[in-house]
Amino acid sequence: GNAVVVKPSEVSENTAKLVADLLPQYLDKELYPVVTGGVPETTELLTQRFDHILYTGNTAVGKIVMAAAAKHLTPVTLELGGKSPCYIDKDCDLAVTCRRITWGKYMNCGQTCIAPDYILCDPSIQSQVVENIKATLQEFYGEDVKSSPDYERIINKRHFKRILGLLEGQKIAHGGETDEASCFIAPTILTDVSPESKVMEEEIFGPVLPIVPVKSVEEAIELINCREKPLALYVFSNNKQLIKRVISETSSGGVTGNDVIMHFFLSTLPFGGVGHSGMGAYHGKHSFETFSHRRSCLIKDLKMESTNKMRYPPGSQKKVDWTKFFLLKRFNKGRIGLVILAVLGVLAAVMTKVSFG
Amino acid sequence: NPYAGLVGHLRASWLSGKTRPMEYRMAQLEALGRFLDEKKQEILEATDLDMGKPSFEAYFTEVLLCKNELNVTLNNLCHWMKDEHVDKNLVTQLDSAFIRKDPYGVVLIMAPWNYPIHLILVPLIGAIAAGNCVIIKPSEISKNTERLVAEMLSCYLDNDCFAVVTGGVQEATRLLENKFDYIFFTGIPSVGRIVMTAAAKHLTPVTLELGGKNPCYVSDTCDVPNVARRVVWGRFFNAGQTCIAPDYLLCTLEMQEKLMPALREAITEFFGPNPKESPDFGRIVGDKQFRRIRALLCSGRVAIGGQTDEAERYIAPTVLADVLPSDPAMQEEIFGPILPIVVVANMDEAIDFINARPRPLAVYAFSCDSKVVNQVLERTSSGGFCGNDTLMQVTLTSLPFGGIGNSGLGKYHGKFTFDTFSHHRGCLHRNMGLETLNAPRYPPYTQQKLGLLTATFEVKRRGTCTLL
Repeated sequence: GNAVVVKPSEVSENTAKLVADLLPQYLDKELYPVVTGGVPETTELLTQRFDHILYTGNTAVGKIVMAAAAKHLTPVTLELGGKSPCYIDKDCDLAVTCRRITWGKYMNCGQTCIAPDYILCDPSIQSQVVENIKATLQEFYGEDVKSSPDYERIINKRHFKRILGLLEGQKIAHGGETDEASCFIAPTILTDVSPESKVMEEEIFGPVLPIVPVKSVEEAIELINCREKPLALYVFSNNKQLIKRVISETSSGGVTGNDVIMHFFLSTLPFGGVGHSGMGAYHGKHSFETFSHRRSCLIKDLKMESTNKMRYPPGSQKKVDWTKFFLLKRFNKGRIGLVILAVLGVLAAVMTKVSFG
Repeated sequence: NPYAGLVGHLRASWLSGKTRPMEYRMAQLEALGRFLDEKKQEILEATDLDMGKPSFEAYFTEVLLCKNELNVTLNNLCHWMKDEHVDKNLVTQLDSAFIRKDPYGVVLIMAPWNYPIHLILVPLIGAIAAGNCVIIKPSEISKNTERLVAEMLSCYLDNDCFAVVTGGVQEATRLLENKFDYIFFTGIPSVGRIVMTAAAKHLTPVTLELGGKNPCYVSDTCDVPNVARRVVWGRFFNAGQTCIAPDYLLCTLEMQEKLMPALREAITEFFGPNPKESPDFGRIVGDKQFRRIRALLCSGRVAIGGQTDEAERYIAPTVLADVLPSDPAMQEEIFGPILPIVVVANMDEAIDFINARPRPLAVYAFSCDSKVVNQVLERTSSGGFCGNDTLMQVTLTSLPFGGIGNSGLGKYHGKFTFDTFSHHRGCLHRNMGLETLNAPRYPPYTQQKLGLLTATFEVKRRGTCTLL
């Protein structure tokens, strides 16, 4: 039931133009305008007072949006990002695991907020992981990835250069080919990555998959917990207990066990972040709740005033006892409960009138 | 950063997993129950010293309502903590899909002075129940209660996970420089903005319980003596220092004339001929607040009360008649024992009046005609609403309590407090097998695969026949 101002991203120019042209042809222009533009336009827009702001984007801008919202005490839903870790247990079906990870990582050329950002696994299975992903990439995109119609490109030169910079000093186990003219970066795997390296500092948001060796699940959990809370967390294992443990000992926006991305598609699950990965959630009914104010309403009768007498001054111990009785007892839907309550209410009214009348 | 050590210590406790088990949380909550039982007298004394809070009121709001929340939480915590399993779609039929209630981590609760124990404990109960570590910042304005909380709470709660920080604006500002995982603030809108701005630096989610001017519309068809009693009760409770008190009355000139004697009678019934001598009428919390409220008396004309005594910080239960929207009493939240009456022509004018102003924490409407009550409800916006009474909507733990717009964001009470302090984490635990079912989603993409994917993922509009 809200009026909405829609602000598409100027980075995806063509889609922004499409939305700006078409949406007003379908929706009521007076209530759902589209505002286009870049940073200056957005900044100006944010000085206005809104009754709720939902922002999907990066953490840095999320802080700016929330600070602007604070001026008007506007509640916000922030869908941000982070580095979504992907832990692979030694005890799992590596072929299936790697196929699922490959799908989630390289779809949209890695430009997915819930893509598995980096892998954590035992050094003994690292090379197998690489081989399996290589095989899957072949299956998905063929010999020449560049000519596959199913592989995307990086959105613009700025991000292309940014992702390229993350490869510096890294051991490239597969991929690494780039073509600036078409913003092409081949599906790339990095091995023996150090948690302190540049590629482990920021959300990659590209087709580069670092593997960070860890010797145990404890080490993996510790590594995850000493970083900002991610938007998604992934864990692959045949051992149900291990999966339960990783979920219980970490925090993240959402989780998919034994797959990636899929929790996003179930609309009964709230989709959102925690900590630096965001606040609030949406999808399905959760979206409706996000954009509604749940207003508590209590409608009383103007009669039965004598039951109120116990709360009015002058105070007395007797009144306190009666108040306790009426407030601490919970009565739920049952008809019998209502009848008993009504009888008690009449009794209380009569008794109070007698003692105070 | 003077509080970095404290926050760091609590964070380390949090990361150790100490607060996760239900038994731990129950034990801490039971300890809070013992605090309320054993320190009841101290609580009544401290709040009396701070603002002359009548012991009946203090028991009701600071002890009884808190015990209520505690019991609701203890009775239901096991159920609230459970993973909430959700409906699945076709593609996830064989998976486990649930919402996990995760604690946020280290949370900050900042409380005001008017219901100093209640407004710490009720959020605290939910924060502990949800498994967080908590830093509590009581208000320095209610000095005696601040001291009580600082000295006593540490004797009942685990000091590794729960701490009290005392101080004024400077200390609060320094405290807010730290990163918290949630901030719960009760206070005025201007400080609410400061808190949210500080929270934005760390992307800390917040609940802000603020205030505003709560309008109270009285229609021409109503039981005048009952309305008068309920309004007087709500307005003068805690000497008017209640965020959900009816701030001002809206009614017709005729109703104002009818109400006045009824209001006078209710005030006498409650507080006697000289409210200053009644043990059931409170005082203003501080000199600054006293002077602020006293200045509002030059609005309209004083129809009832109006007497003040600066030494005692006493302001008599006062009703101002014929108040204009431009008068001082209509420029800010009164938060004192003054009830202005603004005359309107009819319900529509009252609704327009309410809607032209910032959204309040509560809207009240009195009428024997339920249609009138419903109209006011439907055509206005507020944190909460009560028809034919005042304040009562917040005593029901099954109703969420919170504001909207300038009166706040977020909500709590009962299970809503637990939910406020939990991160609802969407979890999908899939099967490692049945990989062939995933095949349609993988490249190389084909029309056939798209068809299959659509069939398994699609949600149809109700009414479309799926057999065709």
